[in-house]
Formats: sequence, C-alpha cells, structure tokens
Amino acid sequence: MTEIFGIPIQALMGQLMLGLVNGSFYAMLSLGLAVIFGMLNIINFAHGAMYMAGAFFAWMGLTYWGIGYWWSLILVPLTVGVVGVIIERTMLQWLYQLDHLYGLLLTFGLALMIEGAFRYFYGSSGLPYSIPEELTGAINLGFMFLPKYRAWVVVVSLVVCLATWFVIEKTKLGAYLRAATENPRLTQAFGINVPLMVMLTYGFGVALAGLGGVLAAPAYAVSPLMGSNLIIVVFAVVVIGGMGSIMGSILTGLSLGVIEGLTKVFYAEASNTVVFVVMVIVLMIRPAGLFGKEK
Amino acid sequence: MKNINKNPLALAVCAAFGLAGSLVTASAQAQVSDNVVRIGVLTDMSGAYSDLAGTGSVVATQLAIDDFKAKNKVSWAIEVVSADHQNKGDISSNKAREWFDRDKVDVVTDLVTTSTALAVMKVAKEKNKIALISGAASTRITNEDCNDVTVHWTYDTYAVANGTAKAVVKQGGKTWFFLTADYAFGQSLEKDATDVVNANGGKVLGAVRHPFPGSDFSSFLLKAQSSGAQVIGLANAGTDTTNSIKQAAEFGVTPKQSLAGLLMFITDIHSLGLATTQTMYLTEAFYWDRNEETRAWSKRFFDKQRKMPTMVQAGLYSATLHYLNAVKAANSDDTQKVMAAMKKAPVNDFFAKNGTIREDGRMVHDMYLMQVKKPDESKYPWDYYNVRQTIPAAEAFQSLAASKCSLVKK
Amino acid sequence: MTMPKIHFGYLGLFVALLFAPFFVYPVLVMKVMCFALFACAFNLLLGYTGLLSFGHAVFLGTGAYVTGHVLKEWGWPTELGLLAGTLSASVLGLLIGALAIRRQGIYFAMVTLALAQMVYFLFVQSTFTGGEDGLQGIPRGTLLGVVDLADDQSLYYLVLAICVGAFWLIHRTIHSPFGQILKAVRENEARVVSLGFDVAKYKLVAFVLSATLAGLAGATKVLVFKFATLTDAHWHASGEVVLMTLLGGMGTAFGPVVGAGVIISLQSELADKVGSLVTVIMGGIFVVCVLAFRRGIVGEASALYQRIAGTKDIH
Repeated sequence: MTEIFGIPIQALMGQLMLGLVNGSFYAMLSLGLAVIFGMLNIINFAHGAMYMAGAFFAWMGLTYWGIGYWWSLILVPLTVGVVGVIIERTMLQWLYQLDHLYGLLLTFGLALMIEGAFRYFYGSSGLPYSIPEELTGAINLGFMFLPKYRAWVVVVSLVVCLATWFVIEKTKLGAYLRAATENPRLTQAFGINVPLMVMLTYGFGVALAGLGGVLAAPAYAVSPLMGSNLIIVVFAVVVIGGMGSIMGSILTGLSLGVIEGLTKVFYAEASNTVVFVVMVIVLMIRPAGLFGKEK
Repeated sequence: MKNINKNPLALAVCAAFGLAGSLVTASAQAQVSDNVVRIGVLTDMSGAYSDLAGTGSVVATQLAIDDFKAKNKVSWAIEVVSADHQNKGDISSNKAREWFDRDKVDVVTDLVTTSTALAVMKVAKEKNKIALISGAASTRITNEDCNDVTVHWTYDTYAVANGTAKAVVKQGGKTWFFLTADYAFGQSLEKDATDVVNANGGKVLGAVRHPFPGSDFSSFLLKAQSSGAQVIGLANAGTDTTNSIKQAAEFGVTPKQSLAGLLMFITDIHSLGLATTQTMYLTEAFYWDRNEETRAWSKRFFDKQRKMPTMVQAGLYSATLHYLNAVKAANSDDTQKVMAAMKKAPVNDFFAKNGTIREDGRMVHDMYLMQVKKPDESKYPWDYYNVRQTIPAAEAFQSLAASKCSLVKK
Repeated sequence: MTMPKIHFGYLGLFVALLFAPFFVYPVLVMKVMCFALFACAFNLLLGYTGLLSFGHAVFLGTGAYVTGHVLKEWGWPTELGLLAGTLSASVLGLLIGALAIRRQGIYFAMVTLALAQMVYFLFVQSTFTGGEDGLQGIPRGTLLGVVDLADDQSLYYLVLAICVGAFWLIHRTIHSPFGQILKAVRENEARVVSLGFDVAKYKLVAFVLSATLAGLAGATKVLVFKFATLTDAHWHASGEVVLMTLLGGMGTAFGPVVGAGVIISLQSELADKVGSLVTVIMGGIFVVCVLAFRRGIVGEASALYQRIAGTKDIH
C-alpha cells in the first residue's frame, strides 16, 4: 500500500472524494448566495435556513403526503423559491436604498425565525430521510466504497451550477439580469420589468438553497440546525471566491470541500476552521476575493 | 432553608405536627422546608438524547411520586418542575442555580449529558442541595469530581465498557478502533473501553474524535475503515450512535468490520430496527421484559409515553422513590440528613435488588449483558433483547480501591 | 450650564439599580448588566464608528476564559483575575483589529468573523479552556481580601460598580473629540481622510477599546455565573449582541443597555414557557426593527421627545 506523508493513499483518496461531495454542497449554496449578492446587493443570511427548509419540506412531503424524492427535487425548490419571492416583495424591497447592513440584519432575523420555528415543532435531534431505492448501494472505487447517492449529489450539483453560470453569463436573460443590477433605471427605460427580475433572482437564489436541502436530506439527518452549521462556511466561500462572481463561488466551493477533506486526513479537528484561515489569507492578498471585482 | 427555630409560630405548628408525627414515628419536629419537597428534572427535551431521557424522565418521576403517595401518608406536598438544558453546561448550571436560589427546589435529577451533570454537581454542592444523576455516564462523577451531595444512580462508562467490550473481545474482536464523541463522556467511555480491551488480550489501533453533536460521520468512518481494525467501538450515544451505524452501512464499513455500540439504549434499537442492529452486544441496567415486575412497571410507563422505558428513565424512578423514602425516614429535606438516610437504606424495587450507595456516590447494583435479537426471533413490539448474562454488582462497577474520589478513605 | 435632562434619567436608573437586589433575583440583574456592557462595547464600534464586527463574542469568551482560568487553576485574587481577562481581550483585539482594519465594509466583517472562528477553534481544542465542558466551579474570591463575593448581594454591588464605571467611560469617549472623529468616520470616511486624520489608527483604537470592554464584560460574567463555556465565544452570541444594539438603538449611548435589558428579560421569562419559540421571537424583533424601527427604542424615544419638546440636542 503506497503512502504519502505516512497516510495510505487509499485513505487520502477516500477523504478527497468525500471532500468533493461536501464541496458540491458548498458550490451550490454559495452559488445562490453569490447570485443574490451579485444581482441584489443583499447579503442573504437566511440562505442556511432556506437550505434547511428545503430538507424539511422534502421530509414533510414524504411523511405527510407521500411525495417521493424525485417529485421533491422539483417541487421543493419551487416552494422555497415562492417563499423567497414573498420575502422579497414584502420585506427586502424596502431595503435596497439602505446600507448593506440592514439587508444582512433582516435576513439574519428571518433565519432565526425559521430555525426557531422548526426547532420548536421538531426538536433538534434530526429526523431520518431514507435514500431513494434507485440510488441505494455503493460503487466500489477500489480505494473506498462511494455510496451511489453521494455520487449523484456531485453530478446534480455540477450540472445545476454550470447551467446557472451559463444562463447568467451567456444568455439574453442573463444579460437582462446583469443590466438590471448595474443600472436599474436605464434598464427599466428600455422596457424591461426590473422589479420582476429582481424578485425572480432572489427566488431563484433561494430555490438553489432549497434544492441543496433536498439533496442533503437522505445523506445527513434532517435537522433544524443543519443550516446554521453551514452558513458561515458558505459565506466564507463566497467571500473567497469574490462576492459577485458566479464562477468564483463554484470553483471555490469545490476546492474548499477538497481542502477540508485533506485537512481531515492530517488534522481532523481543524477541518471546520481551515476555510477561515484560507479566507484571511486570500483577503489580505486579494481584497476583493479571488475572482471578484472591487466595487 | 429558613431556620424554623427563629419563628415562634412555625415552631408551634411544627410542634403540633411533631406530636402527631411522634405517634407514628419516633422523630421530633417535621422539618421539610415550607412543607414542600420540590424535585427538578433537568434533562434534554429536544436534542440528541431526548428520546432516552427527556419527557420520559418526567413521566418516570411522576410515577415514583404517585407510588410514594399511594403507600405513604405524609404531611408535606411533592412538586415537580422540569426544564430543557439542551445538553449545555451553562444552561444547566444557570437553571440549577435559579431553581435552588429562587424556586426552592430541593433536588435536581436526571442530568443526561456528562457536562451538564458535572456543572450541576458543583452548583448543588455550593448551595447544599442534592443531585441525583440518572442520565450522565462519565466515571468522573464518582472519581475526580465526586462530592457528598451527588448520587450516580443508573450506570457509568466503566460498567457499560466492562460488559460490552469484554463480551466482544471474548467473541474474537481483538483489534479495535474508536469513534469518540469529543467531550467528557466520549473520552471517558473510550478510556474505560480501552482499559477493558487491553486487559482481555485485545489491542487498540487508534481513535478519532468527532464534534458533539455530530451529523456527518463519513470522514471519521473512513478513517476507521482504513485502520483495518476488526471492531469499531462507538464511544458516543443517542443520535450520534444511530447515525454512525447508518452511515457505516452506507459506506460499506459494515459488515466487513463490526460495530460495538458501547452505550446503547432500547430507543436506539427501536429507531434503527433489528435488521441493522441484530447480534450487537450492549450492557444496560434495565430491560423492560426481564421479569414480571419490570413488565408491570413498563406497561404503566408505556401507557403514558408510548415508548418502552430506557434504563435512564427506569433508574430515575428508582432514584426518586428512594429519595422520597429517605426524606420520610429522616423526616426532613435537609441535604445531609437525607443523604445519610439514602446511604443507610438498601435500594429495593423493580430496578435494583439490594442496591447500595457507596461513599463515592455510586449506587451499585446488577447490570445485564444483552444481545440484540435477530428479526425472526422477535415476537412482539419492543421484543429486542436476549439477556445473556447478569453481571453482579460487585463486578459491574469500578472497585472502591481503584477510586480517585477524595471521599473514599484509603 | 444646566445638566442635560438625560443625566437625571441615568441618576434615577442608578438609584433603582442600587435597590434592585431586594426585589429582583440579583443574578438576573447582573446578567443584564454584563450583557449591557458587552452591547455598549459593541455599539462603540457599530453605532459610532460604523464598523460591523461579526466575531465580537470571541472577546467576551477570552475575557471569560482567562479570568476563569487564573481564578480557578492558579488561585489569583479576584481583582487581578478581572484585570488579566480584560487585558487579554485587549491584546486579542489589537491583533484581530490590526488585520481586519485593512479591509472595508463586509470584508472587514468577514475578516473579524474568520479570525474569531480561528480563536474559537483554539478554545475548543485547548485544555486551558476545558474544551466542550468549559471551566466550572470558578471561585468568586473576595474583593480586596475583605468582602466575600460568594454572597450574591455583595457581588451585585461590585458588578454594578464595574458596569457603571465602564458605561461612564464609554459616555466620556463618545462625547470627546475622539468620539466626534469616530462619528465622522461613520458618516463619511473619505472626508475624514481628506482632513488629514489617520483614520486607520482611529479605527484601531476604537476596536481595541471595544474589545477591552467586551473582555471586561466576559470577566465579570464569569464571577456571576462561576463558569465559562464555548457558548460565550460562539458566533451566535455575536448575533445576540447585534440584536440588543439594534433594538436599543445603534448610535445612542444608552440604547444597548435598554436592548440588553429587554432581550435578557424576554429570554429568561419565556425560555421555560415557550422553548424554541424564543428564537422565533428574537428573529421577529430583528425583522421588525430593521423594517420599521431602525432607530431602536432609545432612538425612537428621543426622536419623539424632540418632536414634542422642540429641543435640538438632549445629550
């Protein structure tokens, strides 16, 4: 058995693979955050709560109405998106003119409300959600058994992330969105419904988080705390990648998952903290993040 | 507790009670503070350990109070309060302090999660009140951290490690790797299990610590897998254990390597199912289906809680009943008097026969080594265990000679 | 010059606090005072300098752990213990501030968060802090070897003295020329730079001062509760103090005190009755404050007062 730095290569590859799985979650969640910040200039602290709500809606759908996983993959992000739209219309739209700070505080407050409500009704120990039939079992990669479900997560995240990037950077709709953020007045003057674009963008951003939640439900237990554990890491990812950059968050999310995996091999306890070390280093060297532009 | 001797009216009342009381017992004045015995059940109501303790613990306490009242006519009232400590040391410490200072609670019970127990023990000592620990596991409670106002009732990490680890090693599981919850309980369990493995000819290859509470154990399980150990010892509890077991199956860690759940409860088996847990060994202080007495009590518990009781809940019943009997015997809720009465009388109920409380605060009683049934062996709901062995009290717990407690005279 | 009317209010409150332990559970009032101090320290940075620090709880935690450790493990006298805790928070404030000041706005906040998380990690791992179990059974000791602080009432007056003293310090700072520059930095940093001030140095001083007082709050809290745990340093505690400041009124001297009082009282009253709904209520207060109540209780109250009384400055 070959070894690198005293660690068998099998163990290393295994942790890297797991890191890639985690990285896909980071990428998808930070993508939503980046989209919202890039388009709306809102720092959406409620993102973790939306992710958690997505997981819970999937669980509730299954437990109360027998809605299976595959339907949930479509229905839940839609539901979360609608919730997002409601939040945007009733609360966020009044804050665009104010300091960033207020958007952050509002969404932080919303996160507390959503998490507190779920904790009140469901406790904090976590509820099980079984892996769908078609995706049970594992693939023998030689150096480890990779559960099919986790491989599926990686595939879905990559597809969704790349599709989003494509839409925003390469299509006409994306161009309208970007124009609407850079210069709302002018864009409105061209007859494009800017408030609608803004609303849909927020809805889409949180829908991505909701999708992340559905994907997470069979892998980790469905718990009201799952969002708040994740949110600051996701923030760090977005900041490192550059706050408005879509590709930046995707790449950073994946890389960070892998870096975390590596850390777990050598110094497991530090795995939660390594992202912050990276963030401080990056911010000192490149103030706007790796791919960001200074605003 | 106010000094009754300073208040003439109270003195008169007490004298009257004392006169009446002396017709039944030989004691003098009744000295139960403001004539109420208050029990505070401080437990985890919503988190990782809420199933094995939680609201069930409150139900068990109430059953003890009801049974005591049915057999004893006393002049004082009994009240129960309960709170959720969320497995946090600061919340439990604050709550206990508030209860003792403001709400005149006399004894705090349950205290699942070692960090909460360690915290509240200190507050109880400071305020001269009693702590009856049924939920927490660490042997530190009766060793380095022992004090004379605490009783560790139901089980501890030594007892469960001694039972389970020994049985597994004897079955052929010689090489071990631990997956440990990174706080006092997990560390304590890992240490006790390591001692047992080494003493019985096994070898520990390594350990990995996970944050408490955890959710994704995949990377830790991978480490355990690459160690090549025959047995992966799970030095954690509650949902940490059930999630570790589930994810071990997902990642193909089992069945090649076997899992030893060092601390498991019937609620864990219930949520995982027999298919996943069959043939696993576990050591408990109580099984609802062990004999007629346990069955009768458990049915009463089940009627209220819709789940069969775990040893934490059964032990709490026993502790509460013994406490109330001691208050009656001492005719007082003064801490030192009640502790003396508790230590003097043996514990005799469906939970323990001839149990005794030692000077280190350890309540010593028989433990049971059990093995989870195979699915086809189980005939009715909650029929989960075969009782393999009764471990007698003297063997089950750490001997006084080995104790690090300052109260033990050497 | 007549004393500003608000000072009568302060005096009245002080007198009320002197008698409070006879009516209200002293531990609760002490808790409010410690958090009020923490919130005021935080407000110095947010409300007056315009800097949002996400990781401020780490200073509370440092003050708590250092004081706890020296009192329990090394048996230091109480006064030295408090001093040690406060100073260690200052040093940490200097280190974190020096790095964070280099960035602006949200990046500043994220750097403070990242550095705070790194320190939190050190807390979790080291035996110095007792890791997950925390430090328990910390002795309160005596004041100057004379007053036994084990009694809640005696400790209460010490805590009152500390918090009043610190609040007075903050008040003086805010109303000094230094404080004016801080306010100017919040309003329009570029202008201040153009006037020739070394803005970075002012920000750093404000940051260190804020960290020091937060450390003092942590050290004092340890005396009250006799333990120090990871909860003190967790970023959730940072969030709580933001809420207290926002609710009470950012940029007012007294706002955070009111905010702390309201939040802690709410939590302690409701925790047993409604469990996790307390978090929902906290979140709801956040939302309402941001949407409709941005000046906070004190801010709105003084705006109302100004409208009614027609006066300009009541500070």
